[in-house]
Amino acid sequence: MSRIAVNLPGLHMKNPVMPASGCFAFGQEYGKLYDLNRLGAICVKAVTVEERRGNPTPRVAETPGGMLNAIGLQNPGLKHVLEHELPWLEKYDTPIVVNIAGYSVEDYMEVAREISKVHNVSAIELNISCPNVKEGGITFGTDAGTAAHLTDKVKSVSDVPVYVKLSPNVTDIVEIATAVEGAGADGLSMINTLLGMRIDLKTGKPILANRTGGLSGAAIKPVAIRMIHDVRQKVDIPIIGMGGIYEVDDILEFMMAGANAVAVGTANFIDPFVCPNLIDQLEDRMDELGIETLSSIVGRSSL
Amino acid sequence: MIMDNMTIKNQEEIAPKIYRIEVTGPLTQQMKNPGQFVNLRVSKGIDPTLRRPISICDVDVEKETLTMIYRVEGKGTKLLAEKVVGDEVNILGPLGQGFPVEAAKPNDVCVLIGGGVGIPPLYYLGKQLVAAGAKVITILGFRTDKDIFLEEEFQELGELIITTEDGSKGVKGFVTDALKELKAYDLYYTCGPKPMLKAVEQTASTHGFISLEERMGCGVGACLACVCDLKERDKTTGKAYAKICSDGPVFLSGEVIL
Ligand SMILES: Cc1cc2nc3c(=O)[nH]c(=O)nc-3n(C[C@H](O)[C@H](O)[C@H](O)COP(=O)(O)OP(=O)(O)OC[C@H]3O[C@@H](n4cnc5c(N)ncnc54)[C@H](O)[C@@H]3O)c2cc1C
Ligand SMILES: Cc1cc2nc3c(=O)[nH]c(=O)nc-3n(C[C@H](O)[C@H](O)[C@H](O)COP(=O)(O)O)c2cc1C
Ligand code: FES
Repeated sequence: MSRIAVNLPGLHMKNPVMPASGCFAFGQEYGKLYDLNRLGAICVKAVTVEERRGNPTPRVAETPGGMLNAIGLQNPGLKHVLEHELPWLEKYDTPIVVNIAGYSVEDYMEVAREISKVHNVSAIELNISCPNVKEGGITFGTDAGTAAHLTDKVKSVSDVPVYVKLSPNVTDIVEIATAVEGAGADGLSMINTLLGMRIDLKTGKPILANRTGGLSGAAIKPVAIRMIHDVRQKVDIPIIGMGGIYEVDDILEFMMAGANAVAVGTANFIDPFVCPNLIDQLEDRMDELGIETLSSIVGRSSL
Repeated sequence: MIMDNMTIKNQEEIAPKIYRIEVTGPLTQQMKNPGQFVNLRVSKGIDPTLRRPISICDVDVEKETLTMIYRVEGKGTKLLAEKVVGDEVNILGPLGQGFPVEAAKPNDVCVLIGGGVGIPPLYYLGKQLVAAGAKVITILGFRTDKDIFLEEEFQELGELIITTEDGSKGVKGFVTDALKELKAYDLYYTCGPKPMLKAVEQTASTHGFISLEERMGCGVGACLACVCDLKERDKTTGKAYAKICSDGPVFLSGEVIL
């Protein structure tokens, strides 16, 4: 095994880097810029049973080192994704993770059942944490009992490993993490975006049409690191770490905090080549720091 | 290649808060389509985080220069205005689907209608339309005569009508007040603030092409920050929306809900 390869349930990754859900659509756009086989895995946009039109625009606002988004889970719906998006990814031999969302347990189960049957899908990322959609997300992700129930139900219909994507907008993330681990989650993804707001000084009104949005980017990294570190003390399942990864040291920091692999979101908007660039820089940086293999540093911060 | 550092060759304030910047580099070889834009990184670090979309105003492929004209609005454009000759700017582009020059047949009368910083992309378009044998009439809208830019450049392409809101130069009022008076034309191309685009679409007697703006995340079609609604579902993709950054910024009149 190469020194930067990592193995997680369902995900045999040649390197620990995947794009984060929602920042990479279904791969086609970035696939025009570089060979997606360079990636450790590909995580695609949230899929819901029905097509979703999403929130009105403006959907993004900025803050130093970060951005707010209120896309509202816009996606073409399960049928379209099965017929058009996932087949397009068949030409790649890198694992595909499909982020799924819903408004009822039944919705989630339907998407999970169908998506997990697709032969080129390696894992499901259960989005219980999207803060944008009024009727969904937030309620599943902020209560340990609800999150565990949903995990259990989705696990019961999924043919592939299920990673539960945790919301940071909770008082005690460790409680949620242990609850979903207990319900059978194969892994965790963390963190999703933090709820925020910006106001336009000219109008006195929020910049985002949705008023609030999810904060991502470098600004949230310390929050993600702290949460992953805390969760790593109490759970044994693998963690895909994300939230503000922008340079190569961030990957190592996430892994030392307890992540087994990482996802890069907002940084793709700054530099569309960021994922392959970070992968290229990884081994040199490991040499400089005297790190033999990536797996050896996972969770070092808790030792 | 789609991303490169380009070097600033020139930068000057051509009207209050309006800057013309000229950058150079081989990326220009691909900038052949008017109405496309580039996504600029205005700082090396992460403040601001996002790139800034700016239209291609003119390209000299031989000299490898790209000209852009922008208004200082907020943090990003202010940082851009502070850059000096010799500085590098990271540019992603050209992006999006531009204005179709081939929609105009030789001798067709094309009306270019621009407002404020929607004007720059019409210049590269106008040059190509004239080269293709079309006749160009330009209507440019400004708030007041002090704000006027690119006047001589557009005059060289054909008839130019200027409108100002305060009547300090040209026709008093909006671009649509001048458009109403035009007798016969075959199609139009327009870029500017949304209320203007709406009014142009309603006033024009022909079809045309409309360039839209929206806040962007990725600029390449991956994040769905910049969507607009289509009047009818796209027949090939089945989608009820379009992404301004990659399906646009230019759309056929009547295609999107403004
Ligand atoms: C396809 C396209 C082409 C454009 N071409 C030109 C041009 O040729 N000349 C020009 O002066 N302006 C142009 N604009 C508008 C220009 O992108 C904004 O004025 C600029 O991004 C403002 O950045 P700022 O940091 O100065 O303002 P801030 O208000 O500080 O920006 C905050 C955030 O909002 C975004 N934003 C603010 N206003 C706009 C806007 N009108 N459109 C899109 N995003 C915005 C910024 O990109 C940034 O992410 C174009 C926009 C688009 C979408
Ligand atoms: C524009 C945008 C869209 C996103 N869409 C989704 C989504 O559909 N599902 C999801 O689970 N997370 C979504 N996220 C959250 C990211 O996957 C990631 O958890 C978060 O942005 C933190 O990582 P970053 O700081 O590297 O961006 C989205 C983030 C952004 C910026
Ligand atoms: S800006 Fe990301 S899809 Fe258009």
